[in-house]
Amino acid sequence: MINPPASFRWTRRIFLLVLAVFTLVPVLVMLSSSLKPLQDVQGPFRWIPSTLTFRPYVDIWKTVPLGRYFVNSLIVAGGATVCSVVIAILAAYAVSRYRFKGRRVFTVTVLSTQMFPGILFLLPLFIIFVNVGDSTGIALYGSRGGLILTYLTFSLPFSIWMLVGYFDSIPRDLDEAALVDGCGPIGALVRIIIPAAIPGIVAVAVYAFMTAWGEVLFASVMTNDTTRTLAVGLQGYATQTDVYWNQVMAASLVVSVPVVAGFLLLQRYLVAGLTAGAVK
Amino acid sequence: MRQRLSRIGLPYLLLLPALVMELLIHLVPMVVGIVMSFKQLTQFFIRNWSEAPWAGLGNYRMAVDFNAPVGQSLLHSFWVTCSFTVLVVGLSWLIGASAAIMMQDSFRGRGLLRAAFLLPYALPVYAAVITWSFMFQRDTGLVNHILHDQLHLTSDKPFWLIGDNSFSALVTVAVWRSWPFAFLTLTAGLQNIPRELYEAAAMDGAGIWQQIRRITLPSLRPVSQVLVLVLFLWSFNDFNTPYVLFGKSAPPAADLISIHIYQSSFVTWNFGSGSAMSVLLLLFLMLATAVYLFATSRRRGADD
Repeated sequence: MINPPASFRWTRRIFLLVLAVFTLVPVLVMLSSSLKPLQDVQGPFRWIPSTLTFRPYVDIWKTVPLGRYFVNSLIVAGGATVCSVVIAILAAYAVSRYRFKGRRVFTVTVLSTQMFPGILFLLPLFIIFVNVGDSTGIALYGSRGGLILTYLTFSLPFSIWMLVGYFDSIPRDLDEAALVDGCGPIGALVRIIIPAAIPGIVAVAVYAFMTAWGEVLFASVMTNDTTRTLAVGLQGYATQTDVYWNQVMAASLVVSVPVVAGFLLLQRYLVAGLTAGAVK
Repeated sequence: MRQRLSRIGLPYLLLLPALVMELLIHLVPMVVGIVMSFKQLTQFFIRNWSEAPWAGLGNYRMAVDFNAPVGQSLLHSFWVTCSFTVLVVGLSWLIGASAAIMMQDSFRGRGLLRAAFLLPYALPVYAAVITWSFMFQRDTGLVNHILHDQLHLTSDKPFWLIGDNSFSALVTVAVWRSWPFAFLTLTAGLQNIPRELYEAAAMDGAGIWQQIRRITLPSLRPVSQVLVLVLFLWSFNDFNTPYVLFGKSAPPAADLISIHIYQSSFVTWNFGSGSAMSVLLLLFLMLATAVYLFATSRRRGADD
């Protein structure tokens, strides 16, 4: 924009300030309340803790088995991420480098599953998991494996789409030269394409991890006491009569750190990938 | 010959894992869901669903019988979801577009501000929304502390998570969560505008608002078309926000369709009627998407 007048500059300042407050207030509430003693969060709201305490950060692990939920979430999100990234790399390689029958149908179908409401799969998947478990003994319902299978497909469509974009931007001459040199197609993928697309692959991995780490609907139905993830476990700080809000806030902060840190570190790649499709 | 065959087969082999997963988790359950919607699938048949008796169109008839309680509450939930979606998509776009336009020129601290704006998108849903539910508590929350204790705007501390106010609370949280995505996408869209365009307009004497209206907004249209569709589908299907904000039972004023289906399925364990409602929801979304794509592509055609 050229020579914005003072009125515009002031509008801009005020608007961005208000927006920053709106955006950050929950984060500040989370931070300040996680350092409060219990009586501070049981009375009228206050910004500054009456006494600064780190007790909530110690207590969160005892009030509910947060450690176990954390490990479960790590296993589920990590497993889903690894599987999803590997499957997406293979599929994106095929779509980017080969012209074959059904190429368009494949991409459109996969992308359109993204629009279906989760609730539509939830009931049948629940029934299928329960019945498969009863007839074959493979425990999918209530298991981390079942959740990994489910979550990897949530990030798959977008991951494939983003990676196709990344792979397309790698010059074909590079992998064709590798093919001439006697690499097989898989050799070309592993030696040329994957190293060249590392930023894209990392972005996809962060996206897949965030998707699995934050999922609530399936986690609330498909897990039991031993496989419960953070998404459901965090509600355990509310008892019949009381909610330990200081501990809830501390736990929220602790579970946010891994994904927020990853997101902010890799923001640039992720943003490029997330928006590439929409701009195209 | 063998080599040729393997060359033709290779792309399909590469796609196989993705196809199998999509089939297993999306397409098969979808078909099963459609079959279920024609069955009388109550709690007695959960572990043995193939033996559930057929219901014909019974589940659908019950869902759309707007004179009976089931249909009435479904229709109510549908309207709540519609108004929720319109508000969330509209406000998210408006805030996202304003922020994107105002952060086009670089200034000190822009990078930091941008990172801060992306926080709601990066935070796990349940951690963020549970914080909002703490802020909306009647006696101990921040919202009433500001509105009542400090600004004295209300005569009494209002409830935010039950009753009619719960709708505003839900919209606030949902907008807070989804505007950063609009901001992100629109920012990317703005980067395609050549600076010369603004320079030429400024030379011709166009003021700042005219530059925005004549150059910025029209060039955001293609991005906005996709963005609005994505936001629409997200908001209409939103389950996480109300589920974490209100706990297991959403108040009627904030009874979004996903949570409505979830509750009526798992409270009554009648999966047949829940599936019928899900199928109806899918049909509506497909119809709305088709109409939207048709309308926007025709418009685009008319512009060319």
